[in-house]
Amino acid sequence: MPLHTDSQYEEELQQLRAKVLEMGGLVEKQIGDAVTSLIERNSAMAHAVIERDHMVNYLDVVIDEACIRLLALHQPAARDLRFITTSLRISTDLERIGDIAENICERALELNQESPLKPRPELPEMAEGARAMLRDSLDAFLQSSSDVTASSNTRATLQDSLDDFAREAPDLALSVCQRDDRIDDLTAQIFNAMLSQMQQDPEYASRATRILFVAKYLERVADHATNIAEMVIYLAKGKSIRHVSPLPDSV
Amino acid sequence: MESQERSPVGRAVTLPPRPESGNGHDPTALGTHDTIEIEIRDVCLSYDGTTQTLKHINMDIAKGQVTAFIGPSGCGKSTLLRCLNRLNDLVDGCTMSGSIIMAGLQILDRTLDVTALRKRVGMVFQKPNPFPKTIYENVAYGPRVLGIHNKAQLDDIVEKSLRDAALWNEAKDRLHDNALGLSGGQHQRLCIARTIAIEPEVVLMDEPCSALDPIATTKIEELIHELKKQYTIVIVTHNMQQAARVSDATAFLYLGELIEFGQTEKLFTTPEKQATEYYITGRFG
Repeated sequence: MPLHTDSQYEEELQQLRAKVLEMGGLVEKQIGDAVTSLIERNSAMAHAVIERDHMVNYLDVVIDEACIRLLALHQPAARDLRFITTSLRISTDLERIGDIAENICERALELNQESPLKPRPELPEMAEGARAMLRDSLDAFLQSSSDVTASSNTRATLQDSLDDFAREAPDLALSVCQRDDRIDDLTAQIFNAMLSQMQQDPEYASRATRILFVAKYLERVADHATNIAEMVIYLAKGKSIRHVSPLPDSV
Repeated sequence: MESQERSPVGRAVTLPPRPESGNGHDPTALGTHDTIEIEIRDVCLSYDGTTQTLKHINMDIAKGQVTAFIGPSGCGKSTLLRCLNRLNDLVDGCTMSGSIIMAGLQILDRTLDVTALRKRVGMVFQKPNPFPKTIYENVAYGPRVLGIHNKAQLDDIVEKSLRDAALWNEAKDRLHDNALGLSGGQHQRLCIARTIAIEPEVVLMDEPCSALDPIATTKIEELIHELKKQYTIVIVTHNMQQAARVSDATAFLYLGELIEFGQTEKLFTTPEKQATEYYITGRFG
């Protein structure tokens, strides 16, 4: 795709994309560290995640302002419009995931006050699944926005490979949406397991409830990743698949 | 249909079969519920006999809607607009082919009574051009030419036209003042009043706001929303945001070709053609 005639506009779009990707990278790290702090009972790491949440919030504000500025000053249309509105929504979902990382750490710190429960295999699977969904939704965003804001020194060959890259993005995003059901199933499994544990011995209630919360948090992370993936499909194809059931086989 | 009650102008003809769309777009892209006001079929135009200014344009303009023509300078959008009331006839050496049909009337028919056509297809120009007469006389001029001399009837027409052009409140106490004393934005609304005084079916607007300030522009845009309840409007504009705001359908022309034509909302969010995408996102040039 050729560059904008207005180079200032082009530059601002590139900066917006860089900020969304920076926020995505930070939130990925936050959720990864939060899960690690829980599984490894690492309170120091949990504190560090909680400390860093303000950076996520800061980027959310920066991205909001950049989007509003672009909308107000450049009256974007077509793909640029979809890119900016998508960025606006993705930053909101990322900010929520950041909050969830903080919540997981709060539960981890509480759990670390008590003796460990027998580990449930569903929890790491959920954590890995939700993180992979987040990573793939952000990769799809990276890919599908690569042709919106090609850097000005991009050579034709590199541009071609970026274009190929961009073509795969909607499929990757769709696969994220398709994986959400598995996370929901795992949430239900953990719910049942925790419930029966609490019924066996009320002593477990305090810890089991917290594990239950964590499961619900991870389920929300997967939901937010799904939202991001849906927005990426809108960005790439101009087509909304939100609230569509069953999901299409291809986009 | 209202147009059938009007005195027939020119020869009524049977509609030719729809030609295969030559430039890959669907001329019937509008919603199925829309009634077609003007059918443009395979229209080509050249001003000098060699350079093609319009190349095989096919398009259906829907009744009671606002259709916008957009595109870079020299793309043919004003030329296409001026085909609709045969204003290009004034250009020496201009040749046209294809057909433009409005309610059975062959607009490009050489034997057509052009004055009668222009009664049905009114036009508002870029630069407001009121007559150096009173406000009243500006509006009453057209109806008078058409033979209305009854004072009460003319008063009614003047009031209704000025009301419809959203100028009545500002002009009612100075109807017999010289129109040139009005502001630029008021001039343009006066020209709209003058155009609608003779009750055309279609109002063509060629860059109607480009000489106006933002407030006057907003008033004209608001007026366009009102006018489309009674008239079919075709507008040429360089201001893409204006096209996005006021029109129901948008046509993008480039180098004399109709590149894309469709619902405005669709064209500005998810255009089909890459050239349209580049133009509306500012990637041209």
